[in-house]
Amino acid sequence: MSLLEVKNLGVKFSTPDGVISAVNGVNFSLERGQTIGIVGESGSGKSQTVLAMMGLLAKNGVANGEALFEGKNLLTMPAKELNRVRGDRISMIFQDPMTSLNPYLTVERQMTEVLELHKGLSRKAARVRAIQLLDAVKIPEAARRVDMYPHEFSGGMRQRVMIAMALLCEPEILIADEPTTALDVTVQAQIITLLKELQRDFGTAIIMITHDLGVVAGICDQVMVMYGGRTMEYGGARDIFYDATHPYTIGLLNALPRLDHDGAELISIPGNPPNMAHMPAGCPFCERCSLADEHCHQVLPALLPAEGKPHVLRACHKTGEPILRLKEVAHG
Amino acid sequence: MAEQNKELILSVRDVKVHFQVRQGNTWPWQPSRTLKAVDGVSFDLYAGETLGVVGESGCGKSTLSRAMLNLIPATAGSIVWLGKEMRGASHGDWQTARKDIQMIFQDPLASLNPRMTVAQIIAEPLRTHKPELSNDEVMQRVRAIMVRVGLREQQINRYPHEFSGGQAQRIGIARALILEPKLVICDEPVSALDVSIQAQIINLLKELQREMGLALIFIAHDLAVVKHISDRVLVMYLGHVMELATKEALYARPTHPYTQALMSAIPLPDPELEKAKVIQILQGDLPSPINPPSGCVFRTRCPRAIEDCAKTIPPLHESQPGTLVACIRA
Repeated sequence: MSLLEVKNLGVKFSTPDGVISAVNGVNFSLERGQTIGIVGESGSGKSQTVLAMMGLLAKNGVANGEALFEGKNLLTMPAKELNRVRGDRISMIFQDPMTSLNPYLTVERQMTEVLELHKGLSRKAARVRAIQLLDAVKIPEAARRVDMYPHEFSGGMRQRVMIAMALLCEPEILIADEPTTALDVTVQAQIITLLKELQRDFGTAIIMITHDLGVVAGICDQVMVMYGGRTMEYGGARDIFYDATHPYTIGLLNALPRLDHDGAELISIPGNPPNMAHMPAGCPFCERCSLADEHCHQVLPALLPAEGKPHVLRACHKTGEPILRLKEVAHG
Repeated sequence: MAEQNKELILSVRDVKVHFQVRQGNTWPWQPSRTLKAVDGVSFDLYAGETLGVVGESGCGKSTLSRAMLNLIPATAGSIVWLGKEMRGASHGDWQTARKDIQMIFQDPLASLNPRMTVAQIIAEPLRTHKPELSNDEVMQRVRAIMVRVGLREQQINRYPHEFSGGQAQRIGIARALILEPKLVICDEPVSALDVSIQAQIINLLKELQREMGLALIFIAHDLAVVKHISDRVLVMYLGHVMELATKEALYARPTHPYTQALMSAIPLPDPELEKAKVIQILQGDLPSPINPPSGCVFRTRCPRAIEDCAKTIPPLHESQPGTLVACIRA
């Protein structure tokens, strides 16, 4: 049994403009100690997918499908039971560490609270453990800084505090929602190196949500590319980066400014991200895809194994020759 | 450098922007302290060229760009625009200069007035700087520039909130270009945009630059983005220039230890390369610009620092053809 198995997960929001499907039919599974990257642009539904799993959707949001954690469905779990899982077995770090930490409480109080609640430790024992964790995420002078308030830390240090707090109960799964987007590149490199080390030491499985394909390449075993609330392509990191088969994945890789290529021209994806209230009947990417024809606009492509690569799933009507030509544009 | 036969349009020498600040827990009669946001930056800019300015938050890159427009006046140094010294120049002289120097901002929606239509926003520079133009003439130019930056003419009476981030940035670009400036300062114009849209905007800026012969100062925190648009790149850290090099020299052989660390920190979208790569992790945090380290400001985090680094501020010198670097060990 997989540690986490997400089956046909969907998220709908009821708004004054009608019901909006933010996420549709998302499937993935996560094994112990593995890392999966969920990649997509704004509005692709990547954050709503994990928020739904954690029971953190906005009030007008409803999740359907299944998210099985050790065989138990998180979506239908009673709040009391879910609270024992959240923060203890599955924990989460967010994009902006300043808005996710309580500015009124010292770091010590925020960290010991978690341990008192989930592990029943005394305040004293919890404090010792909190300092250990701050040490583990390489905050200098942890014993002194544990008594500081969040605003006394720099952005990178705050994200370390968040990570330490998320790891307090040694969770099986760490969900990182754009953990480095608000940080400078050198700080981002520090945080990603830290996450890799912690994963090695604690054996935590990580769900990494990001818009940055570069961040995904170094840390993820599996990659899922999302667009317009649907999975476009899902496979191993090598498959996605070296042999992408979906026009959107190919387009995303071509549009990325990169240091390791000399091609001066970036190839952009024309058009704008889809409006979730007016999705096309067919493939969500059809309006920006150079290969799209009438069939693509009318019929939603199913997520099926790729030709000759049964472990890669893709949702696209086009195969073979046209896809290869798309890739040649980039390299030619 | 290669640009030497081109026309020099902007020459910046030893520009400093200092702020007087009070820290918490001080009394009003205690002296305020000096925050050195930009501390002695020099560069030249030639017509039609792109200078990338790269550095992390707090390095002074945005303050520097604002000093070029006198939005934040420079404290010391010299800014020569088209042969005329602009530091301490009158309001009228700056007003004239700003016809030729325009700016594009990071957050496209925040930089557009939500109560003005697209037509009003794009026309505003014309109405300010060229009040002699007739209304018809103004609207004709607005329509022409809208089409040029990839907006539809029908969108002319819409409001900014009706546009996505990428479209809003196109409005910002149209507003900057309608005066046909000689220099456009782009302050992180693509950092807030999605990757697919980022590429559209970068390609658009390059195209417009070619057609209109614009010079660009392109500010970014990302060396990979800058690589695709710049002729030369200026790397800043804590208000100082660390390295100023041609694109070719910088990306082939980064010389300054800070540039090297910055370069190695950029994640590569290639699993094999990324796993094999040795990242130079910088230790610690950025020092405070109120109390910067003596000598080289980077020495406290530099893997190659020696005792002498604390003694004097290293001057920019040529370390290889095309590269000026401020490091005594390079």
